[in-house]
Amino acid sequence: MSTTGSALVERALAIAAAQVPDAGAVALVREVSEAVVRWANSTMTTNGNTVERRLSVVMLVPLEGGTGAGVVTVPAPTGLADGPEGDAVLTDAVAGAVQAARRAGPARDAAPLPEPAGPADAHWDEGAEDTSTAVFARLAEELGASFRPGEASFGFADHRVTTTWLGTSAGVRRRWVEPSGSVELNLKDPSTGTSVWGGEGATDIATVDVAALVDRLRNRLPWGARQIELPAGRYETLLPPSAVSDLMIYLAWSMGGRPAQEGRSAFSRAGGTRVGERLGDLPLTLAGDPAGAGFADLAYTPVLATTYSGDEVSVFDNGATTGRVEWVRDGTVATLAYPRAAAAEYGAPFAAPTDNLVLTGGEDATLEEMVASTGRGLLLTCLWYIREVDPTTLLLTGLTRDGVYLVEGGEIVGEVNNFRFNESPLDLLRRATEAGATERTLPREWKDWFTRAAMPPLRVPDFHMTSVSLGR
Amino acid sequence: MDADFLALPLAALADAALDAARRGGAQHADLRVHRLRTQHLELRDGRVVVAADSETLGLAVRVLRDGVWGFAAHVDLTPEVAVATARRALDVTATLASLATERVTLADEPVHAGAVWVSPYDVDPWAVDVAEKIGLLTDRSTALLAASGVDHVSASLVQVKEQSFYADTAGTTTTQQRVRVDPDISITTVDRAGGAFESLRTLAPPAGRGWEYLTGTGWDWGAELTELPELLAEKVRAPSVVAGPTDLVIDPTNLWLVIHESIGHATEYDRAIGYEAAYAGTSFATPDKLGTLRYGSDVLTVTGDRTVPHGLASVGYDDDGVAAQEFDLVRDGVLVGYQVDRSFAPRLGLDRSNGCAYADSAEHVPLQRMANVSLQPDPVSDRPTSDLIGAVEDGLYVVGDRSWSIDMQRYNFQFTGQRFHRIRGGELVGQVRDVAYQATTTDFWGSLEAVGGPSTWRLGGAFNCGKAQPGQVAPVSHGCPSALLRGVTVLNTGSGS
Repeated sequence: MSTTGSALVERALAIAAAQVPDAGAVALVREVSEAVVRWANSTMTTNGNTVERRLSVVMLVPLEGGTGAGVVTVPAPTGLADGPEGDAVLTDAVAGAVQAARRAGPARDAAPLPEPAGPADAHWDEGAEDTSTAVFARLAEELGASFRPGEASFGFADHRVTTTWLGTSAGVRRRWVEPSGSVELNLKDPSTGTSVWGGEGATDIATVDVAALVDRLRNRLPWGARQIELPAGRYETLLPPSAVSDLMIYLAWSMGGRPAQEGRSAFSRAGGTRVGERLGDLPLTLAGDPAGAGFADLAYTPVLATTYSGDEVSVFDNGATTGRVEWVRDGTVATLAYPRAAAAEYGAPFAAPTDNLVLTGGEDATLEEMVASTGRGLLLTCLWYIREVDPTTLLLTGLTRDGVYLVEGGEIVGEVNNFRFNESPLDLLRRATEAGATERTLPREWKDWFTRAAMPPLRVPDFHMTSVSLGR
Repeated sequence: MDADFLALPLAALADAALDAARRGGAQHADLRVHRLRTQHLELRDGRVVVAADSETLGLAVRVLRDGVWGFAAHVDLTPEVAVATARRALDVTATLASLATERVTLADEPVHAGAVWVSPYDVDPWAVDVAEKIGLLTDRSTALLAASGVDHVSASLVQVKEQSFYADTAGTTTTQQRVRVDPDISITTVDRAGGAFESLRTLAPPAGRGWEYLTGTGWDWGAELTELPELLAEKVRAPSVVAGPTDLVIDPTNLWLVIHESIGHATEYDRAIGYEAAYAGTSFATPDKLGTLRYGSDVLTVTGDRTVPHGLASVGYDDDGVAAQEFDLVRDGVLVGYQVDRSFAPRLGLDRSNGCAYADSAEHVPLQRMANVSLQPDPVSDRPTSDLIGAVEDGLYVVGDRSWSIDMQRYNFQFTGQRFHRIRGGELVGQVRDVAYQATTTDFWGSLEAVGGPSTWRLGGAFNCGKAQPGQVAPVSHGCPSALLRGVTVLNTGSGS
């Protein structure tokens, strides 16, 4: 872009200050450059290389009885910070946000904007970074070479680079670049109907060894040579890291402090919240950590930037420095999510939802070692179509997908039908009897919204499969 | 049609992009300019939590060169960027051509030059002051908070105006504008001593209407909001359900979602041939079963259409430039059709697409997305819902949607609802709670004994039907009458049985 996001932020803040000098203002520019490729039945189906750029203006306007908040987001084409045409757009955006704030009335989550933790970022005035389908050169070569008769390949690869500029009237000036990406691969053997899935998250897509991923999945296809039908029921079950991540993500999304305080969440209990309640015997810790908690590519920029207020976040907190949060510590519910205003209201610590989740506290066992120590049980691959059934207990339903295997005497003896399950992740933490080594994983269900996760495999002695699913 | 959208340099962008695509060797190319305006208002306990407006706008170029698709998009609306974007789309086909082991062909479509279509609505929501909208939501919240047993109220309104311009190398140009609204109010009661809570949500579905929908056109808000607190109180007092096979009368406010998941998605041709196998899933209703698969009882007749007034998927033309149509999917219980776009129609042996292409933004490529898939009412008799309830000795009347989940082949599903009223001797005798029903698609629709008449037929729907990678959302409606189904498996979600 001819003008950088920083110039656009500064111009929007200047117009905001001129319109309503005593208001708080936040300007947020996000540019997303993305390259994608998708394939099915061993041929490319869709692809793309796109650039999107948007400016959000948050106005925090003093009113009788408090402060109102209004948000306007507009497209940010090149040149929006230059000249009268751009100024007209910015003036309308600011005016719209001011009007919305005045109409909204005093906000319950009002708080002074956070003071800057330091000077403007060194790269504040630099432009956006981008990507293109050229990053898929290795993938295209290795994937194309992997297509072969008698096997069908399906999957998706994406690479996204998000450049963010955040400025506030309190003086915050932050710019950061976050690349993210993933490769998902699904192989099917038409002769048996067996389907296997694997995926990897990576900030640099060229580092993904697609050929090795193909080999790993091909090693599982023979497990489908023996098909075993099992009925619904409770089974000792080994949940691999991807399945655990999808359950822990939903758990973390449900940890709003205000709902718990108001008695309308699974984290409520008679007279208070479940903070301090021990869930199970395993000393598991579920944490989010901008530093990555030991996994370098899980790190994210520790700055809160949002255009939306809710039970867990607030537009008044834009620019706040975020840190490590232990949602569950050593098996005990430790922290709920509160914006700063709600934290003050309830006497709790400010805790913003984290952009990664890491579950630790298990043993060093790998999933393969846990299989070897299993007398009889099920080994899952991943979970799918997870939805909340009962918010009072956080009961979820969903399906097993792309490989359920019967383990007998420490060995995989065949592939089992899929199941529908009804389980609460809270109850699973209460009942899990073994956790293995934590490893980087890709959540199958929630990957569109949450990719940064590291989880251990879990052993649950009585996982509840409520019916058989014939889906493959 | 809003003048500011028409004032964009649409023709110049099309000329630039399509010329560049032709020069680059594309046999087909299309340019789409897509704008989505959204306003989101949300109140909790009568106080505004969210007051936000957002807009996305960009141009997208799709090229088909030597049977290989390429797609690119950009936020800048200038002819120079349109040319550069077309060239990037061509570059994409070159970079990734080695992965294309099949070649795409498009079904023919008559040229629609200069076509304009605007969805029907009375009052443009953007012409209504935000204060009036917040005032209405506040008044309704305040009234509900004053009711006995109501501890919390959430009220929200999402309004969307979607505008698109499409031009292709065959000469079609379409300009369209759609308006839709999604109002939602839920109430919660909390038992602090017991550590329990329960909630109910209004049944009004999202609709392809304007502000008039909030003030009485198309929905009786006064009646629904008046009875909501007592219905919640009754739900709290209700006994837990006894699990087992149960006769169900399902209201359209619940049944639309079952249709969406078990028929709407299952009859998407791209799913049926594996294009979504790694993500959204496939379909048990594969093309080899077309014309023979017994989907349900003789009562089951389902159509797809993009024409029904106020339908969320209704358009004049799809994002392939195909005119909107109505078509059969299931007739007298047998699978007879699929939803397709121009690339899938030839694979199914059809001469023409039935108009199901849609992209949710400029940044995303058009896909085969869902039409308004609707269950037809009793063609002979206008049976009221009470007549269906009267035919049940011991069962449940299911009202309103809540939780849903279905497997990868659209076969095994589980749904809950807002309310479950017990039927005894053909009469409603109070609510039960902790209910979910679970079935296999063909068993469920096979147990369909009767449907209500045209007077029971209602449109339900959602703004956010998800599909594809990268993920896209699509608005879609489903019309249906009340329905009577025998012996559906009911679970008790409290006991796990």
